[in-house]
Amino acid sequence: MSATTRAIRVLIAKPGLDGHDRGAKVLVRALRDAGMEVIYTGLFQTPEMIAHAAADEDVDVVGISILSGAHNVLVPKIIEELRVAGLDDVLLVAGGTIPAEDARLLRESGVAAVFGPGTPLTEAVDFIRNHIPSRERDH
Amino acid sequence: MHHRPSADNHHVYDQPPDPRQTDFSTVSGEPVEPLYDASSLERIGFDADRDVGQPGNYPFTRGIHESMYRGRLWTMRQFAGFGSAAETNARFRYLLEHGETGLSIAFDLPTLYGRDTDDPLAEGEFGKCGVAVSSLLDMEELLDQIPLGDITTSMTINGPAAIIWAMYIATAEKRGIPRAQLGGTLQNDILKEYTAQNEYIFPPEPSMKLVVDTIEFATNEMPRWNSISISGYHIREAGATATEELAFTIADGLAYVDAALARGLDVDEFAPRLSFFFNCHNDFFEEIAKFRAARRIWAKLMRERYGAQNERSWWMRFHTQTAGCSLTAQEPENNVVRTTIQALAAVLGGTQSLHTNSLDEALALPSDWAVRIALRTQQVIAFESGVTNSVDPLAGSYLVETMTSEMETRVWAILSEIDEIGGVIPAIESGYFQKRISDSSYRYEQALAERSKIVVGVNALRSNEPPDIPILQMDPSGEGRQRERLARLRQDRDNNRWIESMDALETAARNDDNLMPALIDAVQAYATLGEITERLRVVYGAHRPLQIV
Amino acid sequence: MTEDLVTRFLAGERRALARLLSHVEDRTDLGRLALREIFQRTGNAHTIGITGPPGAGKSTLVNALIRHYREHGKTVAVVAIDPTSALSGGATLGDRIRMMDNYADDGVFIRSMATRGQLGGLSLAVGGAVHLFDAFGFDIVLIETVGVGQAEVDVADAADTTIVVQVPGLGDSIQTIKAGVLEIADILVVNKADRPDARQLVRDLRNMLLLGDHGTRMPPIVPTIATEADGITRLVEEIAAHRQYLEESGTADDRVRQRLRREVAQFAREQFNLWLLDWLHDPANDPLAERLLRREDDPGTVADRLLDDFRTAPQRHSR
Repeated sequence: MSATTRAIRVLIAKPGLDGHDRGAKVLVRALRDAGMEVIYTGLFQTPEMIAHAAADEDVDVVGISILSGAHNVLVPKIIEELRVAGLDDVLLVAGGTIPAEDARLLRESGVAAVFGPGTPLTEAVDFIRNHIPSRERDH
Repeated sequence: MHHRPSADNHHVYDQPPDPRQTDFSTVSGEPVEPLYDASSLERIGFDADRDVGQPGNYPFTRGIHESMYRGRLWTMRQFAGFGSAAETNARFRYLLEHGETGLSIAFDLPTLYGRDTDDPLAEGEFGKCGVAVSSLLDMEELLDQIPLGDITTSMTINGPAAIIWAMYIATAEKRGIPRAQLGGTLQNDILKEYTAQNEYIFPPEPSMKLVVDTIEFATNEMPRWNSISISGYHIREAGATATEELAFTIADGLAYVDAALARGLDVDEFAPRLSFFFNCHNDFFEEIAKFRAARRIWAKLMRERYGAQNERSWWMRFHTQTAGCSLTAQEPENNVVRTTIQALAAVLGGTQSLHTNSLDEALALPSDWAVRIALRTQQVIAFESGVTNSVDPLAGSYLVETMTSEMETRVWAILSEIDEIGGVIPAIESGYFQKRISDSSYRYEQALAERSKIVVGVNALRSNEPPDIPILQMDPSGEGRQRERLARLRQDRDNNRWIESMDALETAARNDDNLMPALIDAVQAYATLGEITERLRVVYGAHRPLQIV
Repeated sequence: MTEDLVTRFLAGERRALARLLSHVEDRTDLGRLALREIFQRTGNAHTIGITGPPGAGKSTLVNALIRHYREHGKTVAVVAIDPTSALSGGATLGDRIRMMDNYADDGVFIRSMATRGQLGGLSLAVGGAVHLFDAFGFDIVLIETVGVGQAEVDVADAADTTIVVQVPGLGDSIQTIKAGVLEIADILVVNKADRPDARQLVRDLRNMLLLGDHGTRMPPIVPTIATEADGITRLVEEIAAHRQYLEESGTADDRVRQRLRREVAQFAREQFNLWLLDWLHDPANDPLAERLLRREDDPGTVADRLLDDFRTAPQRHSR
């Protein structure tokens, strides 16, 4: 046993002007119910704001929720900002109205999973839980 | 609720629904009796004359007109918009050619937030979920060859509604059509933005002032125009139950009536032009009950609470859209069936106009093919199904009347709660709506995970095949072209006139004048949407949301 | 790889600070080592605790304070604490979202923390975070937490100045505001002061303060409207005045001494608890449990035996 168990810290972010936050909020609750510590950025985040929050909060996971169709422009920018902030090893996942072809391209550029509409909540939660990056490398 | 990780967990979604399931409740979670009969009506104290009456007569449960669809069908009004003004204009003309009877404009996210296409926050968002309108030039192109004097146009815009409306009016007048002749609807319902759709710009107080400006302007100058479409659609999409959708919408309606009265307007002058907008989800009877209860409740409020004398003030006129949140990306062809059931419920519920979603809308904006099916869905119902031959055909049904009355009772209870908090704005500030919506939304998600609520093809009978339908492709170079257009506009316009009109606008805002005349003037000087919004933001400030999870 | 985290921290690298905050929160060896190495640099920041019931507007108040301090050239760090759900072990950390005005500013660092139901309370994690921010060079460290039970005491422990925020109209009568809460307050804030019942609340609080014992200093009551940054200037003045009072009255050193002593005790307890849990789970000690069951030994005797083992055990315990 230990004095405290390490918790998984997750940042859920809504980039751009997309105001549909139903899915993001539901995911926040589900991740909390699954024992994770979840920070929700709120709406209208720029890629820079997302990377800044992820770095300062030292999260393990960044989840992007985007239903506006602007994912092809915004997600690559977020990936770049995360890289600049030294967060290459963060688990990055995305959800929303992202067509299969776009999802494939996003996965190739560093998004670990894309959860399209109709993805069971448990699938997203389980994926995150099973793919947390290791933390052993600090010295 | 703990979700145990398991490889088998998702496999269960391929199975049919569990035959032993015991959840017999509506989509919203309201329990449903195995049987409704005369005793049900007795239980609720049903009185046919008082509660149902005749169509076209108080309390209008059966419909606001005596003959309803036999006299005139609902307006088939398909929400449309994408990319540039030119592309959307083509879609408008396509729909009108195929029998649509009214226009409904969808704007893109930057426009909805009062931003021009070249605003830094707008990057990547141009034309994605609607048409980009940054100036009068765009509006003119959007409405090219559209007979503005003959058809009615609905504009789904809220934060910058007054500005976009000014562009519409200016376009019509440039073509010699007097504003008094223009018919249509402006959504312009800012209260639900703070709780559900999040398309706010300014804080609640100045935003309400702008809404009242438009109500006042329409009352005085545009008698055929519905200045506001008090909406429940988005509240439902955000996760509310059917009861919450109705109650919150009516509460917002009351807040607008109060605000207009506070301005000194006469209830019988503006109330006839208030309109509503509802969602229609899958639970057939729950939705029909909701619509009938809606009319009854509003009529009672207008007559009893506000003492309106004009019968038209008692009418609840509404537009309905089938539920976007019910559409699936999996097996999208099934969405045609869902939309049909929902459209039928809206018709049996007595809607004045209807938008049917296209089958591909969980994946993208609708293609021509998909939107034609959606339109045909309405037309088949209207011309082949026979349900329009008689008014409110389900009246008298034990189930429908019981559900209608029970819905009404639940709504009164919520309206009471909101009254106790002090009204809609205090309730927004305390997070009342947001918390309820969030809770209902999560409850539904849990029900889906447990499979006590079913979505065919998603958590039951899932086939795992990727969708194979043509998806609307957008022109990626559109954003660049629009930026250039804006740059040229700013150069070519008469900038002295622009400066004058913008200063006059700011002065009018600071003086608390009705902003419509100054807005019409500014858009005629080719001030852009972003420029006007920015100037008003200087005066009014920006809204800071509560953000409740 | 590159230089170690502590070196990078000492060189002013923000990312190293963020990582070390995690280590301190997770109670790792590296966290303990880091605190040892940076402790000399602490003792400069002014730490302000902000507590109060949910809905009081604390986060909005913090947001306004941050802006004020930044406008006056001070750097600000925030530890925003939210409760871990006992049921699920998870938490929604929802304070940051209300402090979003300040994201672009390097002079502001917001860190969200869950209470995590730790043995030894929240204090060590929060205390460690405060030390890190202090050593890194932040002028002001704000600790925000929900004032329910133990958490408010923990906050008072870690802070030089404790602000308790109340709001009118939360449905609680004045009697339910625990006397203990008022005792830890160095400053009382009545937020949403534009509400009609705000004046009454101020009067009630003043009366309650008069009944209690506050030594040489009566905490001031500051009305604010956090959403409009109203009353913030006065609040900042009271905070500065309190700091001055601490120094001039000699209370400052006493408080710090007490706090550090408590921290030592907490560290020691944490160490002992870790060792104890291992001892209790060690199968080699099962015979002792059997002896208890058979009434051959009593608990006191077993405890003595346990302590003997502890005295002779190797000293370092960690996860």
